[in-house]
Amino acid sequence: MDASQVVKRVKYKSSVKAPGIDGILKMTRERFTFRPNDPSKSQSLNVDFRLIKGHKSSKEGSGKPALLNITKDQGGYFFEFENFPDRELCRDFVAKAIIANTSSGASEKATPINNEQLSSAEMQRRIKLLQEDSELQKLHQQFVMGGVLSETEFWATRKKLVDVNASRRVKQRVGLKSDMTFNVKPSSDGQSNRVTFNLTPEMIHQIFAEKPAVRQAYLNFVPNKMTERDFWTKYWRAQYLHSARNIVATAAEAAEDEELAVFLKQDPILASETRQKIRKVDPTLDMEADEGDDYTHIPGHGLAVENTKDELEAQYEPFKRSFMQDINRHAAVVLEGRTIDVETADTRTVAEALASSKRVELAKEASNGNVNQERLDRISRMSEIEDLQAPREPPVAPLCIKDPRDYFDSQQVNATNQEAGTKQMKSRLSTSEAYGSLRVFISEIRTVGLSDPIVRPEVAVMVFNGLTQNISSSKYQLGKNPHESILDTLPRVTKEELLLHWTSIQELLKHFWSSYPITTTYLYTKVISALLSYYVEFVPFVVIFSM
Amino acid sequence: MIFNIEDVTVYFPYDHIYPEQHAYMTELKRTLDAKGHCLLEMPTGTGKTIALLSLITSYTLSKPSNPVKLLYCTRTVHEMEKTLHELKLLVKYQVECVGGNNAGLLALGLSSRKNLCVNEEVVSKENRDSVDAGCRKLTASWVREMALSDKSVKVCEFYEGLERSGSEAVLPPGVYTLQDLRVFGKAKGWCPYFLARHMVQFANVVVYSYQYLLDPKVAGIISKEMQRESVVVFDEAHNIDNVCIEALSVSVRKQTLEGATRNLNKMSQEIDRFKATDERRLRAEYDRLVDGLAQRGNLPHGDTWLANPALPDDILKEAVPGNIRKAQHFVSVLRRLVQYLKGRLETENFEKEGPVTFVNAVNSHVGIDQKMLKFCYDRLHSLMLTLEITDTDEFLHIQTICNFATLVGTYARGFSIIIEPYDERMPNTPDPVLQLSCHDASLAIKPVFDRFQSVVITSGTLSPIDLYPRLLNFNPVVSRSFTMSLTRDCICPMVLTRGSDQLPVSTKFDLRSDPGVERNYGRLLLEMVSVVPDGIVCFFVSYSYMDAIVNSWNETGILKEIMQRKLVFIETQDVVETTLALDNYRKACDCGRGAVFFSVARGKVAEGIDFDRHYGRLVIMFGVPFQYTLSRILLARLEYLRETFQIKEGDFLTFDALRQAAQCVGRVIRSKADYGMMIFADKRYTRHDKRSKLPGWILSHLREAHLNLSTDMAVHIAREFLRKMAQPYDKTGGGGKKTLLSQDDLKKMNSLDQMMF
Repeated sequence: MDASQVVKRVKYKSSVKAPGIDGILKMTRERFTFRPNDPSKSQSLNVDFRLIKGHKSSKEGSGKPALLNITKDQGGYFFEFENFPDRELCRDFVAKAIIANTSSGASEKATPINNEQLSSAEMQRRIKLLQEDSELQKLHQQFVMGGVLSETEFWATRKKLVDVNASRRVKQRVGLKSDMTFNVKPSSDGQSNRVTFNLTPEMIHQIFAEKPAVRQAYLNFVPNKMTERDFWTKYWRAQYLHSARNIVATAAEAAEDEELAVFLKQDPILASETRQKIRKVDPTLDMEADEGDDYTHIPGHGLAVENTKDELEAQYEPFKRSFMQDINRHAAVVLEGRTIDVETADTRTVAEALASSKRVELAKEASNGNVNQERLDRISRMSEIEDLQAPREPPVAPLCIKDPRDYFDSQQVNATNQEAGTKQMKSRLSTSEAYGSLRVFISEIRTVGLSDPIVRPEVAVMVFNGLTQNISSSKYQLGKNPHESILDTLPRVTKEELLLHWTSIQELLKHFWSSYPITTTYLYTKVISALLSYYVEFVPFVVIFSM
Repeated sequence: MIFNIEDVTVYFPYDHIYPEQHAYMTELKRTLDAKGHCLLEMPTGTGKTIALLSLITSYTLSKPSNPVKLLYCTRTVHEMEKTLHELKLLVKYQVECVGGNNAGLLALGLSSRKNLCVNEEVVSKENRDSVDAGCRKLTASWVREMALSDKSVKVCEFYEGLERSGSEAVLPPGVYTLQDLRVFGKAKGWCPYFLARHMVQFANVVVYSYQYLLDPKVAGIISKEMQRESVVVFDEAHNIDNVCIEALSVSVRKQTLEGATRNLNKMSQEIDRFKATDERRLRAEYDRLVDGLAQRGNLPHGDTWLANPALPDDILKEAVPGNIRKAQHFVSVLRRLVQYLKGRLETENFEKEGPVTFVNAVNSHVGIDQKMLKFCYDRLHSLMLTLEITDTDEFLHIQTICNFATLVGTYARGFSIIIEPYDERMPNTPDPVLQLSCHDASLAIKPVFDRFQSVVITSGTLSPIDLYPRLLNFNPVVSRSFTMSLTRDCICPMVLTRGSDQLPVSTKFDLRSDPGVERNYGRLLLEMVSVVPDGIVCFFVSYSYMDAIVNSWNETGILKEIMQRKLVFIETQDVVETTLALDNYRKACDCGRGAVFFSVARGKVAEGIDFDRHYGRLVIMFGVPFQYTLSRILLARLEYLRETFQIKEGDFLTFDALRQAAQCVGRVIRSKADYGMMIFADKRYTRHDKRSKLPGWILSHLREAHLNLSTDMAVHIAREFLRKMAQPYDKTGGGGKKTLLSQDDLKKMNSLDQMMF
């Protein structure tokens, strides 16, 4: 962690708005240097940290570039980093270097360096979080107001919470709706022949995603050839014609109106995509390959099957489109998920974004060679018969616990399984027994020392399963209501108090362990004075609680 | 695990085995010992394929002096891939156990050029015939000869590569899927198609399509050199009679005849051109034909294509009749035939006659006798080679006509010629068609039974098992139906007779388009999508019915509600579209979103795609998938069956419908750890005569209480069933009967057997 120097690729700027020069930033304990990639540029730097007063940085996730401003008495140096982790690293390094250089000799302050400039947005976000979560609010009151933890410390462990909330929109996109929103029936006023279609941005997005030809047509026609309104009128007219299922009439209309024909014909972009995809399809599903071996269904061979009149309508072929195809296409698009995160009502932007994301995707697929291998692996896994052999590897799923109690409940099955296999475990110990065994352990450690690993994994798993089962089994013993647990048997007030203490302990433990290794006096005092005493106060509770 | 069945040591790639797999292997082993044919029905989901593969390969290992070759026939290419992947697993295990002894095993899949070609230019053609033609344009012997002198003539680098390597071009032992063959061919610069064709003679296991054995046109080339000591396996063979019939049927339409006329014009032009430039060629052909067609064998193998559609032996011994030996005479004979057929198509009424009457009529009207007809196909073949025609895809029409002529000239019984001026269902649209319809499934499969020492016909649904030997006309040494020993009741068949409004549901003709029935079916699915997790598969009786009902659900908003719960995918008649839909369906099930797949009984999906595990927790069969009973061809076939085999029409129709239904629903189970529900949604399934035709393993789980359900009851049962299945259970089936055997269990069984004797 404590590297003696850091080297990063950066852009040096004389001001925030300046274009910047690409180069290498090198930091050592004493000084930092900047060397431009282009040696003809003369803006190389060599600055001693003793001249530096502080540093500022742009906020992560705000869409701004990763900037670091190293300030001296007048002005400063702006560096733009390629990504935020790089910036974080350098910022920490700068912070350390400044402290080392300025405060040498001076005593360390007992308060942490609060170099975090809280923006009002940040503040608001915190307040909002507190308002939304009463449990958090209680904790905040107890520790921050009670002076055990500082504001920064409290939030430092919840950085994720704050960040995730901010960046959720980027990381986890909302999927598409399963139903076909654009498959709407027109509303008519019942008096005239007029029908009205209502079009929402959501629908437009879906139409563009599912019908690349319409998207392309939009980019081509609007606004040069026709207005947006005309465009959609034509589109719905085409839909209307299709729904009438009169292929001859459709063909006739298309012949008259060139632009309308675009909507009426089969989608050429889709067709080429289909050809691409079919090559990558799972060979154990590939029914297209069967045609290569099928000698009876070629024209003239075998018995005539239903629907052979297609040949008569070759001229109408391009206008043949079925509702079934639309359904399949829709489901495929929904499955792909939202590929763009433009949240705008501007139709053109949506169309462009979709078009470009498609191109990127195609390029990516073209370059990706090991997809094939993965597919083959999958097939060979699929071809095994699962229960004739021991499972390949224990089934593992990433753990994501929202409410720990849910986790314990879901582990119930595993735990009972385990138990069925092994002997009935003695799951209840009296306090004296527990104390006894603990003493034995401690004396053993005294004489033998800590062995590595301290606890044998098998034992650990056994204990863990036992505990899990104990905790969750109470639910099953008590009845079917999933929300009922041993806690629910306690009076409400007691229960709430217990839960509150439990969360407080958790919070404190988190801070306690995060303070390790204790390197500064500040941390030391924090741990010793505040946390430990508070913690000890709770220990009896902990013991009771987990018994 | 390794165990013994009598004197054969069986290598089985799993740690456990189902008792029925063991029994299946035992029967199979006895069949091989007896060198006879057999018929084995074992429920889906009991690992038939792996049991079969591991026994036959182990049999060869145990008796190295008498190696048997395995010809494994699948219905589809994707099943071929699946089988080869299972074989890979097996061979890997066997190599681990036996070491070097087994290193000689070579297994490969064989398919058409379209699936094997690696020449980008050729394989990018859209269909099989144009790929074939594209290949011929580059690999025909005269093209290659020409390329020697003229550098501008294009040849295929992969084919040349293979030819250059000569006898060195061999596949090292191993298991090759089509993909593996392509990769291997590309790496070596050898044409995978011709390499595979060549290696088929040496391979221990060949996996290919039914048609390569059953369709005489193809079998004549591909399977000619297979030795008698082969075991032929037809997997999923419940439809084998239909495949046999289709292989020998031809239909001729107006377009076919017009195309044939164009082909003939082109050929006359070519003949004239050759007469002017290179008469010697035509002369040489004439001489060859005098000696008989058997000489064809020494043509370079790049030049072969579909062989005679009739039994090869009947033809090869005779010389071609004198009056069609000359090229221009033959063309004029064909012209007369085409003209005659055109005349017959003009008819206003439905006509039906036997081949003998038809041949007599042809003879009296246009003077072509039976023997000339019989030789048409081979004579055409020879002529096309002489004329150096490479774009064979252009000449499909005339090939169809000659195919027809040869079949009509060869077989005197078991066929009818049916001429329909229009489709019964659309009397106003004239669409004349002349069909040569084969009724006797045994004709196409006869050479297979005659030529190979053991033929194994196996499937999950072969009930009633005594019907197949009659349909296919053979005597099995073993014919057995295995039941499935289940650890728990992991399948739950139900018969739903009433909708949520207690009115009967059915796809019977009078109820079919009743909006009430459509709504009830819709409500049923809607209730089910909200109860059942992951994948649901629905089968409809036909494309047109599916189309109608989906549209009606769309109008009434039911479809929208279904879509809110699960994504919907639909099988269409476009295979590419369907394949992608299936692929997406699997993705949707994998990612947990859940999906519904709408498919058609007798369609391609029902034929070969598995919906095991979470890909199918529920199958709904909407209606009874009867064939279109007014079809003239079906009626003619039924008549033939009644006269020849004394099988009643009604019985056959029900048998056929129920085997389709059973096949559809049987796709949900793959192993005993799997589970799934099956709903037969039609009131007709309650009737004993229908129900009793279902295979035993479904019937044994069909409880009395589940025979007459309404939607709400079905939903309740589904909920209970799913809850029960979610519980952990003992896989070995503790207590009474063991459903999973380990090596020790088998040893004990063996020693017990020995003590008894």
